[in-house]
Amino acid sequence: MAEYSILSLVRNALGGHKGWIRAWRDPEPKPRYDVIIVGGGGHGLATAYYLARNHGITNVAVLEKGYIGGGNVGRNTTIVRSNYLLDGNSHFYEHSLKLWEGLSRELNYNVMFSQRGVLNLAHSDGQMDAYARRGNAMRLNGVDSELLDREGVRRLYPHLDFSDAARFPIHGGLLQPRGGTARHDAVAWGFARGADRLGVDIIQNCEVTGFERSGGRITAVETTRGRIGCGRVGMAVAGNTSRVARMAGLELPIESHVLQAFVTEPLKPLIDGVVTFGAGHFYISQSDKGGLVLGGDIDFYNSYAQRGNLPIVEHVMANGCAMMPNLRRVRVLRSWGGIMDMSMDGSPIISKTPIDNLYLNAGWCYGGFKATPGSGWVFAHTIAEDRPHRFNEPLSLERFSTGHLLDEGGKGPTPKLH
Amino acid sequence: MIRITCPYCGPRDHDEFSYAGDATRTRPADPETATAEDWHRYVYLRDNPRGPHLEYWHHVQGCRAYVKVLRDTATHEVLATGLPRDDLETAR
Repeated sequence: MAEYSILSLVRNALGGHKGWIRAWRDPEPKPRYDVIIVGGGGHGLATAYYLARNHGITNVAVLEKGYIGGGNVGRNTTIVRSNYLLDGNSHFYEHSLKLWEGLSRELNYNVMFSQRGVLNLAHSDGQMDAYARRGNAMRLNGVDSELLDREGVRRLYPHLDFSDAARFPIHGGLLQPRGGTARHDAVAWGFARGADRLGVDIIQNCEVTGFERSGGRITAVETTRGRIGCGRVGMAVAGNTSRVARMAGLELPIESHVLQAFVTEPLKPLIDGVVTFGAGHFYISQSDKGGLVLGGDIDFYNSYAQRGNLPIVEHVMANGCAMMPNLRRVRVLRSWGGIMDMSMDGSPIISKTPIDNLYLNAGWCYGGFKATPGSGWVFAHTIAEDRPHRFNEPLSLERFSTGHLLDEGGKGPTPKLH
Repeated sequence: MIRITCPYCGPRDHDEFSYAGDATRTRPADPETATAEDWHRYVYLRDNPRGPHLEYWHHVQGCRAYVKVLRDTATHEVLATGLPRDDLETAR
């Protein structure tokens, strides 16, 4: 398959762009694979890619019930960061961020990763203390962070609400300069193409309907395109994890909730990084096309609907206008919903399961997109070696039984709050 | 907007309520004899169905009562509401 390069671009431009071939094949499912990945989202595709690249396992199928890019990998706000407090999360997300830094070259696909900085605003002394603590924890773990005072924030974003009338005055913020955004579709397409080139079969319109079990193992996956035998199964179906896991007889510490996101009409450059509001839940950045990409809270009730409700729309916009009053007259073009796996401690699960050859990748809450390459890396390791990578040892499923929870916010087993 | 019929206040908008989660989990009756696994199931494990889901909503901006709701998580349709002690699935 042709490399993407300046030369190929010129050649195809001169040839009227008729020479491009499809980025990945559309194979019929084979009767059996060594590894089946259920779920062709970012994480499933990244897992398949790293199974082939890092572990030499190429007899792999990725089963996707819809089409590549149609699920949560195309429904997020594209933010990438690794600004975590707890060691169990910090090393994992930092590994992921380092993979992002070389991802376009690695995949020969421009994922438009832009390290434009992620700034969390603080609106009280207590919040500044908490950010100082988190920033120091990040630095101790080798992650970049900068604590900014009010003037430091004002230099970066003078159009935030610094007026005397601000309901929540800005005290400062915690900046991770290496954080940023990426083009979410390109990440899915890049990993799909990369995995396909290494021999992985990407099978779309193929929904898993059941698992065939023998003893403690899964011997085949039943799908809408027939029965497919398997050596090992990796599940990466965030949003629908509980449903697919139930087919295998597992009950999990997860609730599904709907999270909405929004894009405004395109504007001239207004926000050159990612800014999050500290007095409510709101995050915003500007896409390369000029649209402001923004979001806030989940809808706070269990949902599989992929569409949200108006009170949260109002809530998100109110947060945004409190932080950046100049948003008031901007028109929202589109909004959509994605289904989040809200885990019981707010951290993900990348783990072996009670079933010998079934592996679980789930529980991403709001934050799965930034983890895409790191998640694929350690999940591939977990499947290939039948034991977790050191970066996902703390993300085990057993932690809910043993009490070794990773609760960044200290919010307890209340999924809607994570 | 989801409309929830509070047994005391009648039909109200859902943003008067605070979602209080799965109503099918019951606290182990006798903490003395409950095992760690009993607590694990009660505190952490959820059915999380796509379809009818029994859940509690706290009418925090109204009468402050907890309301039991049977709601479809795929369509958001409210199928039945009642008091926490009511058996909504049988009544339906």
